[in-house]
Amino acid sequence: MALRLAVSAVDARYGAVRALNGASIEVNAGETVVLLGTNGNGKSTLMKCLMGVVRPVSGTIALEIDGQTHDLTRLATEEIVGLGVALVPEGRRLFPKLTVEENLMLGAYRKSARARIGENLAFAYEAFPVLIERRRQLAGTMSGGQQQMLAIARALMTSPRLLLIDEPSVGLSPLLVAQTISKIEELKQKFGLTVLMAEQNFHQAVRIADRGYIIVHGEIAFEGRTVAELQSNEIVKQLYLGGDRH
Amino acid sequence: MGGVGRHLGFWIGAAAFVALAFAMALTVRNEYAFFAGFVVLQFIVLATAWNILGGYAGYVNFGTSAFFGIGVYTAVFLLKAVAAPLWIQIGVAALVGAALGLGVGLLTLRLRGIFFSIATVAITIIAETLITNWKFVGGATGVQLLRPPVTEPFDSYIKMLFVIAAVMVVIAVALARYVQNSGLGRGLRAIRDDEIAAECSGVPTLNLKLVACALSGALMCAAGAPSAMYLQFADPVSAFNLNYSVSALAMSLIGGTSHWIGPVLGAILLATTQQLLTVTISSEVNVLVLGVMLVLFVVAAPEGIIGLARRLWRWARRRTS
Repeated sequence: MALRLAVSAVDARYGAVRALNGASIEVNAGETVVLLGTNGNGKSTLMKCLMGVVRPVSGTIALEIDGQTHDLTRLATEEIVGLGVALVPEGRRLFPKLTVEENLMLGAYRKSARARIGENLAFAYEAFPVLIERRRQLAGTMSGGQQQMLAIARALMTSPRLLLIDEPSVGLSPLLVAQTISKIEELKQKFGLTVLMAEQNFHQAVRIADRGYIIVHGEIAFEGRTVAELQSNEIVKQLYLGGDRH
Repeated sequence: MGGVGRHLGFWIGAAAFVALAFAMALTVRNEYAFFAGFVVLQFIVLATAWNILGGYAGYVNFGTSAFFGIGVYTAVFLLKAVAAPLWIQIGVAALVGAALGLGVGLLTLRLRGIFFSIATVAITIIAETLITNWKFVGGATGVQLLRPPVTEPFDSYIKMLFVIAAVMVVIAVALARYVQNSGLGRGLRAIRDDEIAAECSGVPTLNLKLVACALSGALMCAAGAPSAMYLQFADPVSAFNLNYSVSALAMSLIGGTSHWIGPVLGAILLATTQQLLTVTISSEVNVLVLGVMLVLFVVAAPEGIIGLARRLWRWARRRTS
């Protein structure tokens, strides 16, 4: 299973505001890579660039799948989804006035995904049994934890190979954050996914990560090739581990 | 309710509706009923058409008058140029409307929310200006049109127009109902709920919006076409009257946008009231009534007649259980 995502020197702007400044990251098949950073440092912008929702002003985003390289900066969002990239957006962004099942069906809107709709729906319900009990309920009326599960399940309906998860911990209680992170690991193993996760919750994220990047003001400030390297890094100590005290 | 039973029920209802309109045309003497009825049916088509993009996808469109007016002038042009029969006028108007919807959609549907709405206001102004300066179809002074002799079995032209409008209602509603229940409808509802999330789920949002805009435009133009023969006169100010935009929108909102029945109920309620008021009080009161009703519904029943009915239904069930 050959898959490789290479983001190099990407600049992105919202009007005059620079959100990404020469950001470069790499994700290889089977890895779980975490993108660490506090609010407003460009994590979500990078995710949106990968999905073609925000267009970088310069830099390249190459996705190599089975020997073929695709330039994601030139593809429409639905084509990127068609290649096997799925995003679980920050704040979940479900369709609140549609039912749980309709939300899942929308995940499989693409022709390529429609062929496997029954199979994927069965997988989604198997992975998240709570969703089958609530399949006729409006998505907006579920609890935050259930909505996060549905958001992940919806992304799985596109039969992804590369799963992007933007801040799964937002708005969840610590217990639910831990459950969600464990679930991501479980699904990764089950479906053979490659995962790129943006997170602020360092301790939870490194539980499942193989390695990671730290993003500060739109720049990759540090690349940790292992979790240990991340944990011993000065920026991490400062931001997450109360490092300035010693 | 089973799926097949529902379809059967719908088509039996539709057939009964057309049959009733036909029977009325053959038996009722008073022509005024048909003059007023035609307008009500025309507004059902317009509101239904508006709802495909405005209701399902949540893209509020103020361009209804542009499409309607272009429909009127497509008919005028075909009549003057090649003396085309009515059904050709309507058919060509639908094609022109679809093409226009696609074109306008390509230009404006990349805009979201309020920006799209503002862009659609401009379309009416552009279309009206173009027609005003086109001498062949009468320019600013308008053009008188002569009706061809009426076709058997009808004894007056207006009765024939009434039956044609009834058939157009069935086509429009069937189309809206199909859209609502298909994958297209599900995609449009996702766009209304959260367009970025829809895009990220792989829903081809621009394509779906373009299809919705083309369907909506085709129905609006088709609704305009018989209007030329109805009035036997066409001028830019009345053909592109902003009233059509506001009415189609208000009727959909008052009826409820989530289901095809909403615009139908809204159009029947509003257009009938307007027709009655025109006869009993004055035609100026029309617009006032529209405004007052819209305010009342926005305050008391924001999800329209459908929402109101659903609430009553739930309330009644709780009382009985």
